[in-house]
Amino acid sequence: MTEDKKPCLSGSGLTKVFGFGSQRVVAVDHVDFDFYEGEIISIVGESGSGKTTLAKMLLGLINITEGEIYFRGKKRDIGTHKKKLAYWKDIQAIFQDPYSSFNIFNKIDSLFLDCIKMRGGGNLPREKKVEMMTEACSFVNLKYDELTNKYPFELSGGQMQRLMIARIFLLQPKILLADEPTSMIDACSRATILDMLMKLRDDIGMTIIFITHDIGLAYFVSDSVYIMEHGKIVECGCADDVILNPREPYTRRLINDVPKIHEEWDLSTV
Amino acid sequence: MAKVLLEVKELTTKYITRFREDVYAVDHVSLKVEEGKTLGIAGESGCGKSTLALSLMGYYFAPLHYTSGEIIIDGRNISKMDPDDIRRSILGAEISYIPQAAMNALNPTKKIIRFIEDVILAHDPKITKKEIHEMARDRFETLGLPIEVLNKYPVELSGGMKQRTVIATSVILCPKILIADEPSSALDVTSQKMVIKMLQDLMEKGFIKSMIFITHELPLLYNVTDDIMVMYAGQIVEKGGAKEMVFDPLHPYSKGLMGSIIVPERGLRDVQLTAIPGVPPNLKNPPAGCRFRVRCKYAKFECAHTVDLNEIEGDRFYRCVYSEEELREAYKND
Repeated sequence: MTEDKKPCLSGSGLTKVFGFGSQRVVAVDHVDFDFYEGEIISIVGESGSGKTTLAKMLLGLINITEGEIYFRGKKRDIGTHKKKLAYWKDIQAIFQDPYSSFNIFNKIDSLFLDCIKMRGGGNLPREKKVEMMTEACSFVNLKYDELTNKYPFELSGGQMQRLMIARIFLLQPKILLADEPTSMIDACSRATILDMLMKLRDDIGMTIIFITHDIGLAYFVSDSVYIMEHGKIVECGCADDVILNPREPYTRRLINDVPKIHEEWDLSTV
Repeated sequence: MAKVLLEVKELTTKYITRFREDVYAVDHVSLKVEEGKTLGIAGESGCGKSTLALSLMGYYFAPLHYTSGEIIIDGRNISKMDPDDIRRSILGAEISYIPQAAMNALNPTKKIIRFIEDVILAHDPKITKKEIHEMARDRFETLGLPIEVLNKYPVELSGGMKQRTVIATSVILCPKILIADEPSSALDVTSQKMVIKMLQDLMEKGFIKSMIFITHELPLLYNVTDDIMVMYAGQIVEKGGAKEMVFDPLHPYSKGLMGSIIVPERGLRDVQLTAIPGVPPNLKNPPAGCRFRVRCKYAKFECAHTVDLNEIEGDRFYRCVYSEEELREAYKND
């Protein structure tokens, strides 16, 4: 993390409370962070630690109870629908379940056309659009000719996940939020997906925020890691520091619980 | 040599689709599981892992059909038995199967104890409810599960607890073999560890004699199993001890698979991940010869002929036209 880098997304005292009275749940509790441009960040935590709630707040899908989000140095303002749409040009997401990420009534063609429209290419000639779509498909090793007349549910899980990445390629957002992008697919396709995301980062200088419970993945891909427990960030820093020399007992436990191949996996500490 | 509990000879099963097409998802698979051993099965999605697990039970229902081969459980050939007999006397008592996402199989309107009653009564109609309750309580205590769980509804339990309850229930009759198909895939690391710990407890305390463990998560497989078998397009492509398979795979496909391992350990950050290009073949009409040929970078002309499983020393098998030395040489030059 160099000093001259600008944070492109930061938060201070970010809090989300669900319910009230006896049902009150603090899902995210006064979280501070600085995500720098072009970095890959991982947010790691167990189920129920508030990772996805944080992601939804970053995306502007749910309201924030307390705290502020700063986007490229300015306070984020998504008060109106128009401003929200403008914000979503810059921040996009890939979700865990590729099967439920698409509108099943729309063909893949119209999905891509929507993306082009969103980037302001709605008035381009048809040939130009087809060219863009073909390029996006070949980026993720899919063939545009085979997809054009298909519905998303006709594809396999891995293909759908790659289609999501093709969408991102067309939209070219500043920030990509990847919520467990590889947990539903097998290890082999995982390597392919990660490769593509890395390539995207290098090509268009995107900031990628990984949300995952797989600490191995976090270690492998990210520059900095944030560990979340019960809505709080307990430890953060550069990946090598956090994963190889964890200070918090929670982080240590998370790392211990992952099966490894060179070190002994200690089953007695359950 | 320990007693062989499960022996499968050239088992072939197929799916028949609506359009009367045959899809051979398990193609001439032979394997042996000895007492006290765990066999792991790895492979991509759609390579036939789960179908193999389903076929091993010997109880087929449409669209899955038995074609040929033999399944021998503890000296007893079950492949020619009547399906109803198998259901009554083999399933649950001799061989038990935990399907993928098993925790969703619990009936939300029934308490766990009613579910267990159903399982036991199906095999032994004469047993009294009191005996069942005692048996269940006893078993849960031994396995370290809270006894209150028995009187709860599935919705009151967490994912990890549901999974452990299902496993405890499926082995309540002490089957000889347990087939666990992705028992921990939807769980986070801590619950996963608890599930694995419980499976090992079951082995140690003798409730099950041997286990077949299916997952695509290779570090987990490495830690749990004694032997690993890699499947590709319905066939076995390589088989060997867990350690050899992970650190010294022979078949180009296993090599690619092991190259996709990600673990949080020092120095493993700079490892280049290998992604295998292309997609697995459609099993409706698999390519002749080596099925991996189209995606293999070492493929040559001879690969188009049928390739048999070669045996090399150390009880290892691999399916490739190249010899062991040639393969090692090729990997060294990469």
